[in-house]
Amino acid sequence: MAKGMVLIDEDRCKGCGLCVTVCPQHILRLAEDRFNTKGYRPVEVVAPEACTGCALCATICPDVVFTVYRRKRPPQPAAVAA
Amino acid sequence: MVTVEIPADMELVYKRPQSLTETHTHYCPGCTHGIIHRLIAEVIDELGIRERTIGIAPVGCSVLAYYYFNMDFAEAAHGRAPAMATGIKRVSPDRVVFTYQGDGDLAAIGTAEIIQAANRGELFTTIFVNNAIYGMTGGQMAPTTLPGQVTTSSPTGRDVETAGFPMKMAELLAVLPGAAYVTRQAVFDPRGIHRTRAAIKLAFQTQLAELGFSLVEVLSTCNTNWHMGVVEALEWAKKHMVAYYPLGDTKVSDGVRALMETR
Repeated sequence: MAKGMVLIDEDRCKGCGLCVTVCPQHILRLAEDRFNTKGYRPVEVVAPEACTGCALCATICPDVVFTVYRRKRPPQPAAVAA
Repeated sequence: MVTVEIPADMELVYKRPQSLTETHTHYCPGCTHGIIHRLIAEVIDELGIRERTIGIAPVGCSVLAYYYFNMDFAEAAHGRAPAMATGIKRVSPDRVVFTYQGDGDLAAIGTAEIIQAANRGELFTTIFVNNAIYGMTGGQMAPTTLPGQVTTSSPTGRDVETAGFPMKMAELLAVLPGAAYVTRQAVFDPRGIHRTRAAIKLAFQTQLAELGFSLVEVLSTCNTNWHMGVVEALEWAKKHMVAYYPLGDTKVSDGVRALMETR
């Protein structure tokens, strides 16, 4: 199950590709088969299940295209007092 | 409009800051202005000061910044943002005031204004975006253009014999007693972006604590006028700009140092 999830506001994307260069999972690419309303090839997620929700794409994106979610950590067992 | 179900066990880790409007920017694809706008907006959101912040837009590519920031804004004549910020801050000292200026604006026509404002220790913050060229007017040589760099007005490269050396504003302003916090950062990779964000936050905190003038110089790119690809421009900037313009704090007053230690 994917650890993270990104929502892409496609029509904001200018296809600069900066996010593609920083994604550590290499799961972003610029669409090859379509254009957005600005006439650019928008970014898309190739393998959503591999997303870790690290938000590096959102960190470098100049156009605030991404909204990022990350799976909550399961509650940790309480530390045992030494 | 497609609605997406967010699984209940997912938490939001990044969303558009409230301090940015929904307006799409006019910046070229890959332009780092967008990143710097976003960092300022994130910091203003985090500090909870949006309702009392007034920005001053410059002349240059970021002349339309007032469309993109969701707060009060004024537009200054070319290079005069520090003079305008001085007036606004002195009349309304309870407001948080910042100027957003490019290198053509701050380091050429506005050099006198920024030096005088820093020297007076005006209690506003300046975000100075240095991309070593005049972007809006078509890529002419700026005071910050690197030696040998080709621009439309230096077609054989900047000749330092006739045009002088690029101006290091962060170092120049650091020697003025009124400047409390002056730093140079770069937004060429995620690590640099995180550091720039921390610097912008500290600059605003310097203003909130009334410690003096604060300025963050942000090394930036202009892939369009440098005639490079987006990624190539970042690599070029990392290699050549950082070599001439070293990153780091050039001025940290005692008050700001104390502020850093409490963070």
